[in-house]
Amino acid sequence: MDSGQLFNLTTIAYFASMVLYIAFIATKSNKVATAATLAALAGLIIQTGALGMRWYESYAILGSEHGRAPLTNLYESVVFFAWSIVGVYLFMEWKYFQKYRAVGAFVLPIALFAMLWGQMSLNKSIDPLVPALQSNWLTYHVITCFIGYAGFAIAFGVSIMYLLKIGKEEKHQGPEPMGGILGMFPPTRVLDDLNYKAIMIGFPMLTLGIITGAAWAYYAWGTYWSWDPKETWSLIVWFIYAAFLHARFTRGWAGRKAAWLSMIGFGATLFCYLGVNLVLSGLHSYGGG
Amino acid sequence: MTETEKKQDFTDRIWDFFCSLKLTIILLLLLAITSIIGTIIPQNSSAAEYIRLYGQSNYELFTKLQFTEMYGSTWFIGLLALFCVNLICCSIKHFPRTWKFFKDPARVASPGLLKNSSNKLELSSKDSPEAILDKVKGTLDKNFAKTVRTDADGKIYLFAQKGIFSRLGAYMTHISIIVVLVGAIIGNVFGFKAYVNIPEGDSVSHVMTRDGSQRIDLGFEVRCDNFDVKFYPNTSRPMEYASDLVILKDGAEVYEKRIVVNDPLFFDGIIFYQSSYGQAGDPTISFKVTDTQSGESQEFSTPLGSRVQLADGFSVIVTDFTDNDRSFGPAMRMNMISPDGTRGNPVVIWENFPEFDERRGDRFSFAMLGFSQTYFTGLQVARDPGVNVVWAGCIMMIIGPFVAFFMSHKRIWACIEQDGKITKVQLAGNAHRNQPGFALAFDDLMQKVEHAVTNNSPTKEG
Repeated sequence: MDSGQLFNLTTIAYFASMVLYIAFIATKSNKVATAATLAALAGLIIQTGALGMRWYESYAILGSEHGRAPLTNLYESVVFFAWSIVGVYLFMEWKYFQKYRAVGAFVLPIALFAMLWGQMSLNKSIDPLVPALQSNWLTYHVITCFIGYAGFAIAFGVSIMYLLKIGKEEKHQGPEPMGGILGMFPPTRVLDDLNYKAIMIGFPMLTLGIITGAAWAYYAWGTYWSWDPKETWSLIVWFIYAAFLHARFTRGWAGRKAAWLSMIGFGATLFCYLGVNLVLSGLHSYGGG
Repeated sequence: MTETEKKQDFTDRIWDFFCSLKLTIILLLLLAITSIIGTIIPQNSSAAEYIRLYGQSNYELFTKLQFTEMYGSTWFIGLLALFCVNLICCSIKHFPRTWKFFKDPARVASPGLLKNSSNKLELSSKDSPEAILDKVKGTLDKNFAKTVRTDADGKIYLFAQKGIFSRLGAYMTHISIIVVLVGAIIGNVFGFKAYVNIPEGDSVSHVMTRDGSQRIDLGFEVRCDNFDVKFYPNTSRPMEYASDLVILKDGAEVYEKRIVVNDPLFFDGIIFYQSSYGQAGDPTISFKVTDTQSGESQEFSTPLGSRVQLADGFSVIVTDFTDNDRSFGPAMRMNMISPDGTRGNPVVIWENFPEFDERRGDRFSFAMLGFSQTYFTGLQVARDPGVNVVWAGCIMMIIGPFVAFFMSHKRIWACIEQDGKITKVQLAGNAHRNQPGFALAFDDLMQKVEHAVTNNSPTKEG
């Protein structure tokens, strides 16, 4: 059994979980919801094992001096992104929204898509690190950034649900709860709160990610900030979510506009993560990997 | 409206403008949108490069709009400055209200608070107020926070609070941004960023700033004894770039360190980073020639392109070399020159196969012994006296949001009064954030209070 096979199992588990979360919305059966959560949890556990195994494999392939955490190229980062999303999602589901598990139907697809992309079309080879990446900061920087991105991914899924539901909810008359698929969505009040909670996890982690990146840049290049496109885009993402956090307290900006800000923020996050490497140039050259 | 009132009104409006959250949101979004420009248009390139990429007229437009150095442009710095003013004004506006919680905590609960709070409990007991007080106080002290007693209107009030500092989280976050910017300004004004190439064996005592505008005297000498580049076995992937640096003060060696990427040398507030490298001067190739007629061998060391005389008017020129020829290792290319001046075909000699050339069956057979190449090391040199201020700001920026998002100011009040023959106890509590979480903790705490109060007196009334 190698890490590649375990990652494939992970992908299957996330797929099953996604299907079950969608089935939950259709069937309203709590048993299905529990099965969905368990499938996601199983996937997360398998993936954690797979990450550990890939780490171990790096020592076997590169020798005991050159092994490294599996966080160094595009494939590894995409897989870690999926892991972060499911990890943060399950944490939030357990802590904040056990009653509203329909959210999973809008979050698991993001993790599944990341796994599929990684497993099917990215270069999985384990290569030794070039000198610039040989730093402990690498691990701290990547982990904090991706937990931040994961928070934003969940906020994105929640925002879609909010925007789908808000129009119908406003037109909805009468005291009885809404029926149909949208009736399975959490109330918009709850979605708005979850959006905020996910960004409350994402924002401090992104801040930490930017700061660890700055510290690393200082020790590697002598300048903690050089307006490199990647740095600048991370700051753009930071600005957008900072605006989101303040929008909630401001009349005229809460509700729909806040949900849109959250979605735009995730778009900027994806551009920061992938677009900068594919479209622009800069220090983070792993995009070619 | 009088003139002064008008003025008052105008200043108020300006003040409100700078304090408004709408301004904050608009500025944050403006900063986000404008920042994109500098990630698309290359920054600080040459005029020729811009003209090549965008054409003359666009280049002129870019210069006018300062898009070529946009993060240092007047308008971008202006936006940042306005953002800081907004931050400071917001903080000044809201701070007095926050400070009141510290200076003048509401120790005596108002009847309205006790009656209308969403977290409350009412108990009564036949015990004396002082006896009840002890029980309530004991429970709160032990399970929540130290209580403060106030006697007023013939009633006994208790007050306890936790996490009051969480009210400062937002201020800390806002101040942290200012601190980081102050650190950046200190670094820009009093520090420098420079670059220097030092050939192996050479030393420098001054460096040029990256923009070439300033010559910085280091106040000491840096010597590069050796530069090394290592590759992962059987690949062209670099493994390590390293320079052996020595610091000399008044000619005496005072400090030395082998620096690699990610591990710079710190000396006297100046930091040297491994940044690049290159070849300094021509490489020298050494080889052994055996004359098959006389059986004599001779060793030579020569730069590329110069002629080496052999016996009987023959000579040889080494024209090229590589440190790795198709994974056979180091190799050199040479031409024999006959006594009549005709140049022979190029011949390749591999260092790892010293016996190989004999098979060519020529009069002279060659074996490559090695090559030596002098390198220069390219170092970033920086001094940033503001960096610790920046790190201090960063630490605040980590703690601030954490405190602001995940901690809350929790308060509990109790009021104990004699009501005829029985003693009435009212409790209420609130948290300024995460109310659901507090509600659970409050219920839990109230069970303990209820248990303590009713334990010895079974006549509980609710």
